[in-house]
Amino acid sequence: MMTTDCDAVIVGTGPGGSTVADVLTAAGWSVIMLEKGANHLLALESPYEGLGRITNDEIKFMRRWFLGPDPFLEPRTFRRSDADGERLLTGEVNNLPSTVGGGGFHADGKLPRFRDVDFKAASELGPIDGADVVDWPVDYDEMEPYYAAAERIIGVAGDHTGNPFAAWRSGPYPMPPGPDMYCAIVTSEAAVERGLHPYRAPTGVNSVEYDGRPACNNCGFCAYFGCPIEAKGDPIAPLRNALRTGRCEVRPESYVVRVDLDGTSRTAQGVTYLDVDGMEHVVRARNVVIAAGAFETPRLLLRSEVGNSSGNVGRYLMYHFQTYTLGLFPFRLHAYRGRAVTHLHDDFLAPDAAALAAARDAGLPYFRGGIVEHGGAAHPMMEAVHTPAGAHHSRTMLQSPMRDRMAAFTMQGEDLPQRTNRIDLDPAIRDVWGFPAGRVTYQPHRHEIAASRHWAPLLETVMKDAGATHTFSVTSPPLAGEPGADTPFMASVSRHIMGTTRMGSDPRTTVCDPWQRLHDVENVMVADSSVFPTSAGYGPTLTIVALAVRAARALAGLEPLRSQRPAPDTELGRFSAV
Amino acid sequence: MPIWFEEREHAVVRAAVHRLIPACEDHPGAADAGAADYIDGLLGAFLVDPPRIFAGGPFSGRYGGDPGFERFTPLTRHQELAWRTRIEGSQGRAEREFNGPVVGLQEVYREGLAKLGADFCDVDGDEQDRRLDALPAFKHLLYEHACEGTYGAPEYGGNRDCLAWVAIKFPGDVQPRGYTDEEVSGRV
Ligand SMILES: Cc1cc2nc3c(=O)[nH]c(=O)nc-3n(C[C@H](O)[C@H](O)[C@H](O)COP(=O)(O)OP(=O)(O)OC[C@H]3O[C@@H](n4cnc5c(N)ncnc54)[C@H](O)[C@@H]3O)c2cc1C
Ligand code: SF4
Repeated sequence: MMTTDCDAVIVGTGPGGSTVADVLTAAGWSVIMLEKGANHLLALESPYEGLGRITNDEIKFMRRWFLGPDPFLEPRTFRRSDADGERLLTGEVNNLPSTVGGGGFHADGKLPRFRDVDFKAASELGPIDGADVVDWPVDYDEMEPYYAAAERIIGVAGDHTGNPFAAWRSGPYPMPPGPDMYCAIVTSEAAVERGLHPYRAPTGVNSVEYDGRPACNNCGFCAYFGCPIEAKGDPIAPLRNALRTGRCEVRPESYVVRVDLDGTSRTAQGVTYLDVDGMEHVVRARNVVIAAGAFETPRLLLRSEVGNSSGNVGRYLMYHFQTYTLGLFPFRLHAYRGRAVTHLHDDFLAPDAAALAAARDAGLPYFRGGIVEHGGAAHPMMEAVHTPAGAHHSRTMLQSPMRDRMAAFTMQGEDLPQRTNRIDLDPAIRDVWGFPAGRVTYQPHRHEIAASRHWAPLLETVMKDAGATHTFSVTSPPLAGEPGADTPFMASVSRHIMGTTRMGSDPRTTVCDPWQRLHDVENVMVADSSVFPTSAGYGPTLTIVALAVRAARALAGLEPLRSQRPAPDTELGRFSAV
Repeated sequence: MPIWFEEREHAVVRAAVHRLIPACEDHPGAADAGAADYIDGLLGAFLVDPPRIFAGGPFSGRYGGDPGFERFTPLTRHQELAWRTRIEGSQGRAEREFNGPVVGLQEVYREGLAKLGADFCDVDGDEQDRRLDALPAFKHLLYEHACEGTYGAPEYGGNRDCLAWVAIKFPGDVQPRGYTDEEVSGRV
């Protein structure tokens, strides 16, 4: 037998990879984690303390790519379709941080669960022309205990009584919700008046001391910034757990070039990576786990020419179709204090009769929107660069229409899986290591557009009811013919990336099996949102983590987790939707 | 004393950012906030060690805690490659030109300021505006840098004494104090 360096080599240290490391090391496995980004998160020697580099600094995090990827070193490219030629844009496309911890710790961590129907879109809602709507190979009842485990590992604060659309839960959230932001209170009150059901967002932010980390102090540098005091648990909690076992080694600035197969091509021997000096190294491992994020995972597989007998690696790329409804208020909202977003509502995931009628008018059997986030925060530099230069700049900044008087709804609309939407390798643009850049080819389906057009006016009405004097809505990606459609903003800015190695039982149409292993190569597993068959209208990260717990436990030969649906007459049972 | 600009260039930058972010009652404007010093610090980032690209942490000291912002973070090898290329240009070096030549910010500034004219500080505001408008790409770059230098953390050389934050009533980096629950949820 081949000698190996470890039981599993994990590519990527974001929420997906860190969760797998936590589960495998707890089961006694040895793991090596390779991360192409640098380490700014925590010391890699016991007791694994924070490095003190995560700060409330807009220049460092918003203007200078401290956490990477720097678009000069790692450009990505974008086009809408083959008709656009090789590319329309080069630079930043859907960049998530490339650093130890991945995109987890710089997200603001709204961590809702999916619902039963989200795993059964094909059988419960039905097909839609031009898209490949499918069921997942796992359902909510099976996922429930893994969701509960994910919430415990990360530390999610939430209120199980608040959301009438929520799926059943086997237990309450590990922590009560943190304080509500004033802007979200104002917009939620108005939403209730219009028959909507806002609730306090489940958030991966400590509301009380949890797992040895302090409660959040509401500093407001939350989305796009890491937490200077470690009040966010994703993914520092599972990463530190793994390190503490002594069986996990993290190697930052290690760029995985390819997955290496043995002579049979059915088994991987490990991976090859380049260190910071460009020296090539090989890690031999019994198992390879790829958790490079749904953009980089297919890029690595395509570059390695591994796992692609279906021809679907990189295909079915999905984002969330984002609709932003913005309201300018005559009074100050101070949305720069707090966790960026503190309320959600799920009403647009359960379309009513009016929405079904609108769908039919658009020639669709149905459409679904997504969670609506109630937030507003903007920092001064963001406001300044969006304020025109010249005579009125300074007075406008004193009034602060954006940073201090703007509330925002963000609908994370469900994006249907289309085979033509994909990530492949750019024919000319290279990264600093000399490999082809990832290229996006993407256009929304008319489903997303129709849903956005239907709900945006209602969101504007709610904003006005809440007291906004001016409202407007924009989408990402922008719609053809609307402002922004032909600008650098034509690519989606969504950081929810999914679908690029979809899982299912048929090796002819899917890349991964129901346990997230490549159909083609038995000992390679994918542990990120690449495996999502559909996008649902919820933030993906809790589902990434829950799936990673499930797949890693199976890999380690541990028993599946099981949970009990609460009886209807119990406290928990009363708040479970049908 | 500027570290990278010549004195007269610094004066032109100061005059130009004053047109983009002017002073008014209650607002210092970019010139007095020190945006020209911020830009000078960026273009001369590699004249000091560690380079002034990423401020340190975890706190600035403005709301208590260890004042670490002023201890700039050493760059990783790749960060140094990226920022040297961005600032100095690729200068024909292969390791900086994997996607072709890059014109650096230093060159962009040197040329842009020359085009604004040696007499830029002496002509009236309308003429200054006309000259800026004639160079839209350079004006856009100057404006973005002026915003950073006016509203960014003072450790980067601009936003002197937090003047701009005070003016716009932004408390700035508030760790480790943060905000109380009442400040988050209350009307004021
Ligand atoms: C501002 C912001 C807010 C967000 N808010 C939310 C939210 O509220 N709710 C939610 O659910 N989601 C949110 N997200 C999305 C969330 O961050 C992602 O879903 C999550 O980080 C994905 O986790 P991952 O482990 O799959 O991948 P990532 O976090 O992207 O981690 C992948 C890691 O792999 C590394 N890697 C890639 N290729 C290689 C290679 N070849 N060799 C070595 N290493 C490699 C990368 O450098 C990276 O560190 C937000 C994102 C942002 C940016
Ligand atoms: S708002 Fe809370 S969780 Fe977010 S960065 Fe600040 S202290 Fe951390």
